[in-house]
Amino acid sequence: MDKQSQHKKVVTKLLFVVVGMFGFGFALVPLYDVFCDLTGINGKTSNVAATYESVVIDESRLITVEFITRVNTGMPWEFYTETKKVKVHPGQLQQVDFYAKNPASRDIVGQAVPSVSPGPAAIYLNKTECFCFEQQPLKAGEETLMPMRFYVDPQIPADITYFTLSYTLYDVSEQAVAMN
Amino acid sequence: MSSVAEEVHHDDDHHDHHHTPGIKRWLYTTNHKDIGTLYLWFAFIMFLVGGAMAMVIRAELFQPGMQIVEPNFFNQMTTVHGLVMVFGAVMPAFTGLANWMVPMMIGAPDMALPRMNNWSFWILPFAFLILLSSLFLEGGGPNFGWTFYAPLSTTFSNDSTALFVFSVHIMGASSIMGAINVIVTIMNMRAPGMTYMKMPMFVWTWFITAFLLIAVMPVLAGAVTMVLTDKFFGTSFFNAAGGGDPVMFQHIFWFFGHPEVYIMILPAFGIISHIVPAFARKPLFGYASMVYATASIALLSFIVWAHHMFTTGMPVVAELFFMIATMLISVPTGVKVFNWVATMWRGAMTFEVPMLFALAFIVLFTIGGLSGLMLAITPVDFQYHDTYFVVAHFHYVLVTGAIFSIMAAAYYWLPKWTGKMFDIKLAQWHFWCSLISVNLLFFPMHFVGLAGMPRRIPDYALQFADFNKWISLGGFAFGLSQLIFLALLIKACRKKGDSVPARVWEGAEGLEWEVPSPAPYHTFETPPVIK
Ligand SMILES: [Cu+2]
Repeated sequence: MDKQSQHKKVVTKLLFVVVGMFGFGFALVPLYDVFCDLTGINGKTSNVAATYESVVIDESRLITVEFITRVNTGMPWEFYTETKKVKVHPGQLQQVDFYAKNPASRDIVGQAVPSVSPGPAAIYLNKTECFCFEQQPLKAGEETLMPMRFYVDPQIPADITYFTLSYTLYDVSEQAVAMN
Repeated sequence: MSSVAEEVHHDDDHHDHHHTPGIKRWLYTTNHKDIGTLYLWFAFIMFLVGGAMAMVIRAELFQPGMQIVEPNFFNQMTTVHGLVMVFGAVMPAFTGLANWMVPMMIGAPDMALPRMNNWSFWILPFAFLILLSSLFLEGGGPNFGWTFYAPLSTTFSNDSTALFVFSVHIMGASSIMGAINVIVTIMNMRAPGMTYMKMPMFVWTWFITAFLLIAVMPVLAGAVTMVLTDKFFGTSFFNAAGGGDPVMFQHIFWFFGHPEVYIMILPAFGIISHIVPAFARKPLFGYASMVYATASIALLSFIVWAHHMFTTGMPVVAELFFMIATMLISVPTGVKVFNWVATMWRGAMTFEVPMLFALAFIVLFTIGGLSGLMLAITPVDFQYHDTYFVVAHFHYVLVTGAIFSIMAAAYYWLPKWTGKMFDIKLAQWHFWCSLISVNLLFFPMHFVGLAGMPRRIPDYALQFADFNKWISLGGFAFGLSQLIFLALLIKACRKKGDSVPARVWEGAEGLEWEVPSPAPYHTFETPPVIK
């Protein structure tokens, strides 16, 4: 085999590595999500509704769930809940209402992104209904009450007795327009 | 033996006509020595450009308060300083050294892919032209730090981000091509009898570095592409509102970023492993362990990236994992330092300028390594994170580490390149001025960092004023010291000085010292015999 074809062989292999690693960079995106979904380590909660069927309520335990609301920089909405914290038994269905108002003079589409801290509690928080599952369009000056129903999975480890669910509200008007 | 030799000679069909006159020689050259020279000069010019930006930074930080530049311009300076030094100075300098030395060290007539070699150099100046010109646009150039964290580089950046992304793509393509060339050269062009375990350490370290490059530069290209589409095309890789995650940016970036720091230090380890034996007049202690240590550092570098992210709220298990994996790297690194010291042990040492730089490297790089070990400890990293302690750490490993090794290499091989001894007096001035000023520049940064001075901020609290004054003075002195180097290099390129023999340094070993000085335009067209 002459030198040139020897070189070609190595170059071809190396180019496969280069292309593969470029793909790997993008593969990290779904991998990251899968990894976080499985382990719940970054506090992301599921964004599909859970079903509430034949859940056994564990009356021997009480979990405190705290709620935090904030709006992203540049998002003019008022966004809060009167329920600062609730104590629930694992398995018990609970509803919390969130209030949102668009005081601006333009229509805005909002998107709430939930996050749980400490992270490991995230996979035990099951939401049967949440405004964060979809975008919230509010006309200028409009206000709304948004319900959220959840229960804590009875499988939650004994060392987690308290966790915080925080919602950050983003202005996604531009993306929403682009999509329609 | 002779039949193999003829075959290699016969296939070497891409001879340059010796010295096409004028600029065309440099534009069209496919000669590894010419391209090496181009890379080295380019790197040196970028070193001065990036250095000038550092001078702006230090001038602003000379006193507390805002004196000289706008905060936005200050941020552009820190950003572009980092980019220019990493991608414009250190990496091209190592590529230049590889171009010059790897073929000579393995007894090859040239790099394996000379035409691609020409391309991989000549796209670089354009990358930096684009990056630097963005500074003069309305709104300025990139100002989000060389690490371009989202959302700073997406939501909060200006339109010049597109130029930044484009220039990083070109830099990446250039280093990937360079790395492919090095690997193919080393795998296919070694002289008969040069087995892998007989390769000089500089060749070994570059071989491993090249694999790191082709593994992580594409990931960097992916990261900048995601920033580009997030910013301009409405994707949401890093945008929480659209279901993305800004912390994921940091994971992807540092998956590239940590191996990148070894890309910038492994060739340095190779250089030091040549210089120390030459001036201690003893063979390198523990050659095989050096090779294995280099390989294990490279492998470990893929599983430590999140030590840059201890404060992002990772679970404790992950913090422990990344802490321990990071500390593990100090074992092979320690092996290397041990081997260099053991090489000097009972050696007949002399202290020519390359050796001075190599010794300074060993001491000062170790200081940088130790502060790195401190940063690896998760609980204390919460205090050090984003302070000047981090700045001190990575400047010790990159300036007194990587750059000192490049200067050591320049002094070690310059007489081989030009055929004349450089001006030794000037070189000694350069060394001592650099050594003193660089420590005045970076050592006090440890203290202000521990005391809480944040990095990348143009103003600071009054209690840091005295230290910062000294740091700035050290910075100006270090900057000026490099002009001595510039003068020396210009003198050397005009071929002033005494002629030197083939083996410039009596204790130096390796094939590059078998060819005459200056090294002829074509070397080893007939492969040498390896004992
Ligand atoms: Cu790192």
